[in-house]
Amino acid sequence: MARHNLYDSEDEISEKTPKIPFRHLKSFFLEVSLITSFSFEFFRQLFRKGFEFSETAKQSYKIGYNSLPLVAITGFIMGLVLTMQSQPTLKNFGAEAWLPAMVGVSLIREIGPVITALICAGKSGSGIGAELASMKVTEQIDAMEVSGTNPFKYLVVTRVVASMLMIPVLAVFADAIGIFGSYIGVNLYGDISFRLFIVQVFEKVEFMDIFPAFIKTFFFGFAIGIIGTYKGYNAENGTEGVGYSANSSVVIASLLIFIIDLMAVQITSLFSY
Amino acid sequence: MDRNTEVAVPEKRTSVNDDFAVEIQHLKKSFGDLHVLKDVNLTVRKGENLVVLGKSGSGKSVLIKCLVQLIEPDEGKLVILGNDVSAISNDELNVLRKKIGFLFQSAALYDSMTVRENLEFPLRDQKKLSAQDKENLVLEALKSVGLSKAIDKMPAELSGGMRKRLGLARTLILKPEIILYDEPTTGLDPVTAKDISKLILEVQKKNKTSSIIITHDMQCARITANRIVVFKDGYCVAEGTYNELENADDPWVRSFFQ
Ligand SMILES: Nc1ncnc2c1ncn2[C@@H]1O[C@H](COP(=O)(O)OP(=O)(O)OP(=O)(O)O)[C@@H](O)[C@H]1O
Ligand SMILES: [Mg+2]
Repeated sequence: MARHNLYDSEDEISEKTPKIPFRHLKSFFLEVSLITSFSFEFFRQLFRKGFEFSETAKQSYKIGYNSLPLVAITGFIMGLVLTMQSQPTLKNFGAEAWLPAMVGVSLIREIGPVITALICAGKSGSGIGAELASMKVTEQIDAMEVSGTNPFKYLVVTRVVASMLMIPVLAVFADAIGIFGSYIGVNLYGDISFRLFIVQVFEKVEFMDIFPAFIKTFFFGFAIGIIGTYKGYNAENGTEGVGYSANSSVVIASLLIFIIDLMAVQITSLFSY
Repeated sequence: MDRNTEVAVPEKRTSVNDDFAVEIQHLKKSFGDLHVLKDVNLTVRKGENLVVLGKSGSGKSVLIKCLVQLIEPDEGKLVILGNDVSAISNDELNVLRKKIGFLFQSAALYDSMTVRENLEFPLRDQKKLSAQDKENLVLEALKSVGLSKAIDKMPAELSGGMRKRLGLARTLILKPEIILYDEPTTGLDPVTAKDISKLILEVQKKNKTSSIIITHDMQCARITANRIVVFKDGYCVAEGTYNELENADDPWVRSFFQ
């Protein structure tokens, strides 16, 4: 709709040029406020009657099943590599016996949850974003709405809940596989029985290692679900918008995961000392 | 839809005349600078098929989307089955929407579901229906559009015309009181198009439905229309039966019928 004449557009440029940084800032805050109100809407709809159980189960299965192999492989490699890299240093200090405990703590506290969340942001977050965006631009969401089904409940609430349920499960799974990887790593240097290894790992892992790490995975799951559904639900510009939604879901969700992680460590340290 | 749920409802039955299924008064809608609907006044009587003609991009799809509140109109009053659409709550709107069938121009099939699941979707919260009833409705709907063999296919495996017919079957399955058809025969061969037009007529006779049929297919208009309105530049510029408009004074209106 380029209907401006020459003078109009010149006016517009001279008026708008100095504002450009503010405009970016403005659109950033606008986006933040939109995502926030989208989250509020999620909680409002979550507690209204008529929860879509079977659809939530289906989405949970999908998220879990899709990410399981990737999470398993990365978890295993992380445990193995972490062990192999720390072993020489710890040996220099004569603290080799601490190896299982150290790897266990790092896996459970940080690496398991964060790696799992990042993988799921890439795999499920982009999938949710692309799926909802393509439903949006091909009027499928409109079709649901006119058929008297609440699309927000059916599409958004189910996916966010599914991702909040599955990310913690996958993270625990990643921890377990990672510890197993670490066991393999330790065995490259010497012989240790699996039982002794596990005892050594959990000797130093405390409740305050496990509990906050577990809690933060719910928030990771929430971030992945909300961002994916928000981006998909508000897709525009036809098929071009689908790619954009998938892509920006991953980018924003990954960023949020690190921000949540940072906040989690601050909050945890408040309680630990 | 960010519709306000807590609006007061002064009087729900605002229709002066219970003979009307749909009343549209002074409907206006713009997208930015683009004034699509400038002042639309329309009524559909109960049991009537109203055909809407107009050039591509003249706002016909926008009109029926306003009716079901997929697009929020800027101004105007919409009364459907005695309910003022802009004054009712979300829940009441959902109840009303179940009485309205909407055939999307793009068919809008659920890509992740099979043909069967697509048809079962509108039946989801019909608790009165047993599984067997639902199955029968699905088979009947598929048969009426000639797609019985496609029941276990995915929408992506269907041809354009088959998608359109499936969309139609999904619209008809709940036997709505009002049906809004957006180009029901576009993309179909003349023979199938004629069958579909006859089906629309049959549905009208059998279920006493009131319909708005948007079409560019004059054969469909001739078969289905009780009355025709012609759209131009955001206004209804002509109204009448097929024969009346075919012999209209305005050469622009006449040109649709050649
Ligand atoms: N969501 C929207 N946002 C902005 N503009 C829109 C939107 N929907 C429709 N329009 C514009 O409104 C005008 C009318 O569109 P509409 O789809 O109603 O046309 P139509 O009469 O159905 O045409 P056709 O016969 O080709 O389907 C078009 O110019 C279109 O660009
Ligand atoms: Mg149209």
